[in-house]
Amino acid sequence: MSDMIKITYREAIKQAIREVMQKDERVFLMGEDVGNYGGAFAVSKGLLKEFGADRIMDVPLSESGFTGAGIGAALAGMKPIVEVMTVNFSLLAMDQIVNNASTLLHMSGGQLNVPVVIRMGCGIGRQLAAQHSHSWEPFFAHVPGLIVLSVGTHEDARGMLLSAMQSPDPVVIFEYTFMLNLEKEIPADAGAVEIKKAKVLREGKDISLITYGAGVYKCLEAAEALGEEGIDAEVIDLRVLRPMDEETFLNSVKKTHRALVVEEAWKSVSISSEVISRIMEKAFFDLDGPVERLCGVEVPIPYPKHLEDASVPQVSDILEKVKKMLKP
Amino acid sequence: MTEEEIKKTVFQLLQRIAPETDPSQLMPEENIREALNIDSFDALQFIVSISEKLNVDIPEEDYGKTSNLKSLLAYLEKKVKK
Amino acid sequence: MIKFQMPNLGADMEAGTLVEWRKQTGEVLHRGDIIADVETQKGLIEIEVFEEGTLEKLLVKEGEKVPVGTVLALINDGKAEVSESVIPAEEAQKPEIHPIEEKTETPHEKTEEGERIKISPLARKIAEANQVDISLLKGTGPEGSIVKKDVEEAISEGEKPTQEVEKKTEEIKEISAKPVTANANAVRMAVAAAMSKSNREIPHYYLEKRMDMSKAMDWVKEANKELPIQKRLLPVALLIKAVAKALDEVPDLNATWENGLQRKNEINIGFVVSLRSGGIVVPAILQTDSKSVDEIMENLNDLIPRARAFKLRSSELSQSTFTITSIGEGGADKVFGLIYPPQVGIVGFGEISEQPFADEGMLGIRPVVDVTLAADHRATDGLIGSKFLAALNRHLQNPEEL
Repeated sequence: MSDMIKITYREAIKQAIREVMQKDERVFLMGEDVGNYGGAFAVSKGLLKEFGADRIMDVPLSESGFTGAGIGAALAGMKPIVEVMTVNFSLLAMDQIVNNASTLLHMSGGQLNVPVVIRMGCGIGRQLAAQHSHSWEPFFAHVPGLIVLSVGTHEDARGMLLSAMQSPDPVVIFEYTFMLNLEKEIPADAGAVEIKKAKVLREGKDISLITYGAGVYKCLEAAEALGEEGIDAEVIDLRVLRPMDEETFLNSVKKTHRALVVEEAWKSVSISSEVISRIMEKAFFDLDGPVERLCGVEVPIPYPKHLEDASVPQVSDILEKVKKMLKP
Repeated sequence: MTEEEIKKTVFQLLQRIAPETDPSQLMPEENIREALNIDSFDALQFIVSISEKLNVDIPEEDYGKTSNLKSLLAYLEKKVKK
Repeated sequence: MIKFQMPNLGADMEAGTLVEWRKQTGEVLHRGDIIADVETQKGLIEIEVFEEGTLEKLLVKEGEKVPVGTVLALINDGKAEVSESVIPAEEAQKPEIHPIEEKTETPHEKTEEGERIKISPLARKIAEANQVDISLLKGTGPEGSIVKKDVEEAISEGEKPTQEVEKKTEEIKEISAKPVTANANAVRMAVAAAMSKSNREIPHYYLEKRMDMSKAMDWVKEANKELPIQKRLLPVALLIKAVAKALDEVPDLNATWENGLQRKNEINIGFVVSLRSGGIVVPAILQTDSKSVDEIMENLNDLIPRARAFKLRSSELSQSTFTITSIGEGGADKVFGLIYPPQVGIVGFGEISEQPFADEGMLGIRPVVDVTLAADHRATDGLIGSKFLAALNRHLQNPEEL
């Protein structure tokens, strides 16, 4: 076992960016304020000095323009990391991602790979109000041709980008900004992680808590509390939202026979919709009760702190829901 | 066999066929089959059982005489006495 | 090896309770032997086997309620390969696809109040594997549903011979004993289901003919003079025989409609018997065409009391190929029947009564009967129905040839 080090989510991402840029000269970072300002969330602070303006590239405020430029660079043999400051602005880049990045391999008859990595800051909980608090994971996970990753843990913050850079196809990475300052321990030599499978983060036998992104640490915290009450919850971080790894959560449900899906995105037509559909299709006869879910309340996310908190599942909601499911 | 005994036997056999009814409530000239809701098959069964029980022969042309209590009892009394 | 299955005893049957095994493992079985008593909505039915062999294994316990098609027992016929129970062609009723509104639930999933039992898919799977009767369980899961824990507790209780278990088995006995005399409500529901299906799915056409019964009635009267009272004939026996002969001439009406018209090899006429408690049952007179009028009457003398006591055999309930309904004396002049699916016709006899009747230029008072035919227009057209009524009339005018 290697030593553990304490690291913030932000530092883990920065180390990953630095590592891929050191390893491969074709890699460059482009985005709004990533250079002189050090990144809107200070993720790339100091990197401009280290790698120079050609590889840490400030771009004009045009998501469609620079995302398209990134896709073009990837087609031309470069390995760009496009940073879309927050997922909220990704709507402007949607056409480039959905119509170009995801389709060109197919439309060129397999001749054109688009090895672009698009990182987006996302998540709720920083009082940014409705227009800056979107959860668009379901949008992107809907699109064939994309690989969609959700960074729910510090290990994945450190490792997912490394693996994403190896992908010949476009990868969209969701990073949760409210976790940037959160410190956790990871192995000192943490590196690339595989990006095909979901992961069982805590084993249990009574119920499967299936989640991703912002829900991961909440579910782990809830599982610990439930353990004190004699409920042994298994926690699964989906990690890869497309193509979805169903095997991991189906095996878990076959073991626990109960499942609760937790996510911050709005409930209707969401990641949880897809997870639950697959459980119905493939594990119905292993269920000992209805699958349930906790999702974002279907309203524009409110600005006031107490209302914002109330609009997405919290640890206390998970505890209450699980107890209701198992001890009606 | 007395008149009373014949009557008792008739009521017993009717009740076996129509268990939810009370044949003793029949009016003397009421049509038995209509009152007790007895179909042709059960009517035949009734005549078979009454002939066996009282040991009398009831030819088909006499079936008409069995339609109400008054004529049935009169007919049976006459037959039994023979 | 033959798989012996819970037979389908009519369009409306979904499940049956195995009340008693009449044969035990190791016994030699002959075609026609009664192997078990099964409780259905129509009462206690004696189930017959249609193959020869040795009873190898009983798979369903007494008191258990299982859906139609469930393998009840294995019969060793000396062959290595496993075959389905050989059901005679007349009986081979395919499971029917019922419209959703009628069949969102199967009876064994209902409580006595008729509500669906809530049970998790996993708990159901475990219960089925361990042959646990879920209707006896109390659910502790969400919305009072039965979950895995409840079934597992029932299984482990069943293994421990405690007092409570004895109490429970008593309860089971009581429950399985209760429906032995099928109640009026169950018969009502069975009739309701079959007739709704008939009216919903079968496009009926109706024909009607008045028939002179003077010759037939005279013939019965003469015959009865010779017969001891126990063997005397009812006119209906003659009518049944005449229908059988007419069907022999018009075989398209002795058929079922299942993916097209399926003619039947045997003529087994079902005869509507009304129950005093309400409802009807329709026992079949097997191979009616090959029986004499005396034999048909004998058959009725045996069948009707058993039908009223809910004591019929499986073949008598499942094998009818055509139906007769008869109002008899004191009833209506005419009766228009609803076809019993999947059959394609039903004949209705009204009351035989004296009416003015014109024949060969002369008007006279004669006993007549109004005969109706309701037939499935998918299967036949009016011309066929008309031929049938004409044949029937011809036979009734020549009773001595019946």
